[in-house]
Amino acid sequence: MGKITGAQMLIKCLKEAGVEVIFGFPGGVVIPIYDALYDSDIRHILVRHEQGAAHAADGYARSTGKTGVCMATSGPGATNLITGIANAYMDSIPIVAITGQVSTHVIGTDAFQEADITGITAPITKHNYLIKDIKELPSVIKEAFYIAFTGRPGPVLIDIPVDISKGHIDENFKPEIALEGYKPTYKGNPRQIIQAVKKIQESKRPVIFAGGGVTSSGGSSVLTEFAQLSKIPVITSLTGKGTFPDTNSLCLGMAGMHGTKYANLAFTETDLIIAVGVRFDDRVTGKLSEFAKNAGVIHIDIDPAEIGKNIKVDIPIVGDAKSVLSDLKLKYEETAAKTGITDQKPWIEHVMELKKTCALKYNDTPGTLKPAYIIEKIYEITKGDAIICTEVGQHQMWTAQYYKFTKPRTLVSSGGLGTMGFGFPAAIGAKVGNPEKTVIDIAGDGSIQMNVQEFATAVANKIPVKIMVLNNGYLGMVRQWQEFFWNKRYSHTNIEGSVDFVKLVEAYGGQGFRVKEKSEVEAAIKEALAIDNLVLVDFWIDREENVYPMVPAGSAIDQMIECD
Amino acid sequence: MSSNHIISVLVENKSGVLAKIAGLFSRRGFNIESLAVGTTDDEKISRITLVVKAETHSIEQIVKQLHKLINVLKIQELDPSNIVERELVLIKVNSDNNTRAEILEIANIFRASIVDVAKKSLVIEITGTSRKVDGIEELLKPFGILELVRTGKIAITRGAKK
Ligand SMILES: Cc1ncc(C[n+]2csc(CCOP(=O)(O)OP(=O)(O)O)c2C)c(N)n1
Ligand SMILES: [Mg+2]
Repeated sequence: MGKITGAQMLIKCLKEAGVEVIFGFPGGVVIPIYDALYDSDIRHILVRHEQGAAHAADGYARSTGKTGVCMATSGPGATNLITGIANAYMDSIPIVAITGQVSTHVIGTDAFQEADITGITAPITKHNYLIKDIKELPSVIKEAFYIAFTGRPGPVLIDIPVDISKGHIDENFKPEIALEGYKPTYKGNPRQIIQAVKKIQESKRPVIFAGGGVTSSGGSSVLTEFAQLSKIPVITSLTGKGTFPDTNSLCLGMAGMHGTKYANLAFTETDLIIAVGVRFDDRVTGKLSEFAKNAGVIHIDIDPAEIGKNIKVDIPIVGDAKSVLSDLKLKYEETAAKTGITDQKPWIEHVMELKKTCALKYNDTPGTLKPAYIIEKIYEITKGDAIICTEVGQHQMWTAQYYKFTKPRTLVSSGGLGTMGFGFPAAIGAKVGNPEKTVIDIAGDGSIQMNVQEFATAVANKIPVKIMVLNNGYLGMVRQWQEFFWNKRYSHTNIEGSVDFVKLVEAYGGQGFRVKEKSEVEAAIKEALAIDNLVLVDFWIDREENVYPMVPAGSAIDQMIECD
Repeated sequence: MSSNHIISVLVENKSGVLAKIAGLFSRRGFNIESLAVGTTDDEKISRITLVVKAETHSIEQIVKQLHKLINVLKIQELDPSNIVERELVLIKVNSDNNTRAEILEIANIFRASIVDVAKKSLVIEITGTSRKVDGIEELLKPFGILELVRTGKIAITRGAKK
């Protein structure tokens, strides 16, 4: 039997795991791996900062439904991945992070560029490995991909000491995987499903609350079928956007701090929440003791730890969203045919009325450039068919409010961690995974500066992502809080004149234009989409435009500050 | 109301597992009152016995979180009324010719053994429930306890059930 190096075995195992692309950045202890990669047909995208690699792997995963892979060297390379790993962890995104480590015999001696990355990432990974014996390598790679992708997905980190990469192993060494302690439940308990249907049958005012878990299970179409069949209105979380079409009349959009008024009111008035793949984050529930006070809760989630974590649940169903929704739909049909369902029409009509009377609105004052208008135009021009990435801040909320997401995996946005600097590298990953799609990063002028070095990655690798900067010269979301709750004391949130974004993108070899007038918006977006290169459009928007409605942190979600 | 909970966890005997478990408790704001670790009859599997003070609702949540650790095989919250629990304690206590007899008497009553005798001290070994251990500690205090080491509680359920 022929021997190959650990690094070659790694590449072989990655191929077997179906890896097509790695986002990474080299360094001392990963040179053996990069050397093996040199002979491989796995694509490698060289980023300019490891944080970019982790976010790109995340964006690739969110937009394709496959597992993303990033790689970095030991010490600073590995620690630079951390924000990206934490971000993927919070939103349950499957990525595998591969880091180099110092040689096994010097681990623990504070060797050059040594960092205890498995220790550091324990709280932000689904699982991690430090390989200490080359014979473990094949099974660890196999297990890592299995763990990242199955159950509740999440990031897995593999730390590989350099002597393992350089060591030798039989080419045909067969990995064994033994995961005694890991057996996710996919199928929902049939008795619980019967109970759930009974509860729905008795409810007068039900709502469905759908989140990222529906998307990741591939359950979007079953969800849509179930909602259509039952006519139950659907509220989504931020990461659930697109899992149920915003254009469907039953869709109430996003609830919570910057949710629609009608979704927040529906939550307040409902008597039954059918929650699927959501975790009742505080940005959704507001003051917990006031949240959906009169509602029973059916909670479907693949992670038992999510059920009952934040709110009391009447009918817990542990299982995969898609599988449980299909069973639920079947049982519902059966029950409806046999014994009928409580008349929910008055409620549905009431909710549809709320949708009309409490529609989102902004004051399109003549002479100003409003962010909501720009986003509406982006939607119109892309016909909702683009992959939209965002950074974090006001622009992110405007995007969630004014772009109509109609397909799963078309919004790539940092939900749980709220990571500024996520959107652009994530867009690179999304474009690599979906070369035929238009990929747009809707950015803030603050956030885009956090991973601006990746302009080089996009240009060098011919990844023609489009960036729409909603430039208000502020760390706008923080400024908005200061305006509302801190007496307009704009402490360190004015970033006006940071840089000429047009010149900056040009310096990197991309193209840029500036838009200050409403009349120029449409043409600028169209032109940006037509150019086969990195393009940045710098929209100078009304500087102190706010996101409405807004529920102050800690208030009940029906207590909204609204646009006047 | 918070009270003590005894949690028995079977884990794969691999490096880093204990750190992951201990880390999970501290991260979620729990203080571990005692912790005992050792291999089981299968050397690839270790048992970790933890005593944690917490409210029942929080314990449920932490047990669920523990289940999510890949190397965790089985978790049981032990019902105090249906277990045998033991702890081993070594106590080094001041003693001289005047007090030695009295200390030996106390040790005798508690069925503790004397494992080291020196001019100015005695080392007493005692196993038993936490209550028994607390009892002897209380009685020895007046003599002056120099050092005390507890293993932390271990427990096993009664009857044939595993
Ligand atoms: C890495 C990081 N640091 C700080 C924050 C806190 N934060 C949230 S939104 C925001 C302002 C973002 O500014 P910008 O990107 O210009 O977006 P805008 O709100 O103006 O649309 C800040 C500082 C964050 N979310 N992420
Ligand atoms: Mg801004």
